Amino acid sequence: MMPLSGDPPRSRLLALGLAGIVLALMFAPFLFPGAKPLNVAAKICIFIALAASYDLLLGYTGIVSFAHTMFYGIGSYGIAIALYGLGPRWDAVLLGVTVALPLAAALALVIGLFSLRVQAIFFAMITLAVASAFAVLASQLSWLTGGEDGRSFRVPELLRPGFTLVPQDLLGIAVTGRTLTYYLVFACCAALFLLLLRVVNSPFGRVLQAIRENPFRAEALGYRIVVHRTLANCLAAAVAAAAGALNALWLRYTGPDTSLSFAIMLDILLIVVIGGMGTMYGAILGATLFILAQNYLQALMGWASATAADGGLPLLPALFHPDRWLLWLGVLFIACVYFFPAGIVGKLRGGGK
Amino acid sequence: MTRELETRELTIRFGGHVAVDRVSSRFRPGELTAIVGPNGAGKTTYFNLISGQLAATAGEVLLDGRDLTRLSAPARTRAGIGRAFQLTNLFPGLTVVENVRLAVQSAAGVHYDMLRPWMRHGELTARAEAVLERVALAGRRHALASALSHGDQRKLEVALMIALEPAIFMFDEPTAGMSVDEVPVVLALIEQLKQDRSKIILLVEHKMDVVRTLADRIVVLHNGRLVADGEPAEVMASPVVQEAYLGTGARAGPA
Repeated sequence: MMPLSGDPPRSRLLALGLAGIVLALMFAPFLFPGAKPLNVAAKICIFIALAASYDLLLGYTGIVSFAHTMFYGIGSYGIAIALYGLGPRWDAVLLGVTVALPLAAALALVIGLFSLRVQAIFFAMITLAVASAFAVLASQLSWLTGGEDGRSFRVPELLRPGFTLVPQDLLGIAVTGRTLTYYLVFACCAALFLLLLRVVNSPFGRVLQAIRENPFRAEALGYRIVVHRTLANCLAAAVAAAAGALNALWLRYTGPDTSLSFAIMLDILLIVVIGGMGTMYGAILGATLFILAQNYLQALMGWASATAADGGLPLLPALFHPDRWLLWLGVLFIACVYFFPAGIVGKLRGGGK
Repeated sequence: MTRELETRELTIRFGGHVAVDRVSSRFRPGELTAIVGPNGAGKTTYFNLISGQLAATAGEVLLDGRDLTRLSAPARTRAGIGRAFQLTNLFPGLTVVENVRLAVQSAAGVHYDMLRPWMRHGELTARAEAVLERVALAGRRHALASALSHGDQRKLEVALMIALEPAIFMFDEPTAGMSVDEVPVVLALIEQLKQDRSKIILLVEHKMDVVRTLADRIVVLHNGRLVADGEPAEVMASPVVQEAYLGTGARAGPA
């Protein structure tokens, strides 16, 4: 990534971790066969791009926005509405993307121009209001969006599970439409991440950091900070919409719960904070750990609880009962934020110096 | 290029309080004007009105006859007004060289390049390094601005303004809080800028020895009004200045 952006990980442990994650994701369909592992891997890819675009706002520019899921939703619904309306065709996919991405950017522009000149807290509140209004709108316009039920749709044949490219390869795993969809998701998310990494290490990215550090001084140096903030907002919105479109393609479904819910917004926020704000690489670590914990902590606890019960240990089986997994997830997050206030990447870099 | 900065009847009111009251003055290239006056005289406010951090209630700021009064602070910076602040005003979480590069980058007009990495803008880095050499901060180039000593932060503050390559340099107490051995570096820098006869230099300063060494001209503000303007020796001797500094009824004596 060095020649692409000039921003090395600056910690051997971090570099190893990143390489491990990227390799695991790159070969996920072959390393971890089965529907659930592949779902988890695809979600990690998508959340890396989504969290990285949020890091551009929160970590680099110092903008707190609660409208990120709205842009993610615009991408998801763009694909869903186009494919539902026009049928499983590639031009529908193209149409969905070419409408959704500029729409997300335009909406971000409008919100930005109206509210990025005011104080940060007002901007946060305005994004919260707009995002809530959008979520209500999406569930009310059921003729278009399918309402609370959302829209299930068919994807082009090449991406369907029934499509088989290679029946059984040497490893005994078939390369199907699902595998192809996964690689589409993987490649697009990698491209989006690298784009963002490049942007934050450009002169423009440095101005964003300057605005985060001291907006007053950035103005005194001659920068139009509202324009910079608005551009960052638009770019983050477009990337979030692209991530949303990929998510819709992967799930072959879009509904309020998978694209617009406030829970997703909190997930993004946690991923960026746990990974490390203003580092980009934090999105990779944060998304991976977060999604893995979300999907496997319960099973891990079930195993721990059963083992403890078999060993005849008191209290522990109840403490690690799988039903309490959300409690432990919460404890994990609090511990993360408490022990790594600068995020995992900040901790690794600080320790490497 | 001849440039001239002028303020005409420049005024700002905060409620009933008139902080700067109809101040008119002209500043010419090659001239260092010290703006002096007791605390609360309106010196920094006058600076803020010129560089655009505050909007004037009345009056005008003109640069080469062009009216800047309605322009924002960034637009005035791009028009050539450079400002170093009294309270250190840096990018604390960025390194020293990154701080200066941001100023160099603004001067070079590279505001929106999103795709070419910093590393490939070698010429900007080279210019930032050159500025750091001038202020004797090159050795700390990779330190965070927040980790610098107070004196070094003051130097970095001045470095940011020099890197902007403005036509007008506005120093607001550049040596405030500096240790005795650090002051000469900053004074030598200002002296050096004076040698280049094309720059207008404004200096707010409390230390009278600094003013005497550097100033070609002194403007005295008192309660927001311009009360004296002229050659240093003549202004320092005038009764109105003695009164402004020492209070009504005080006898003029050796300061």
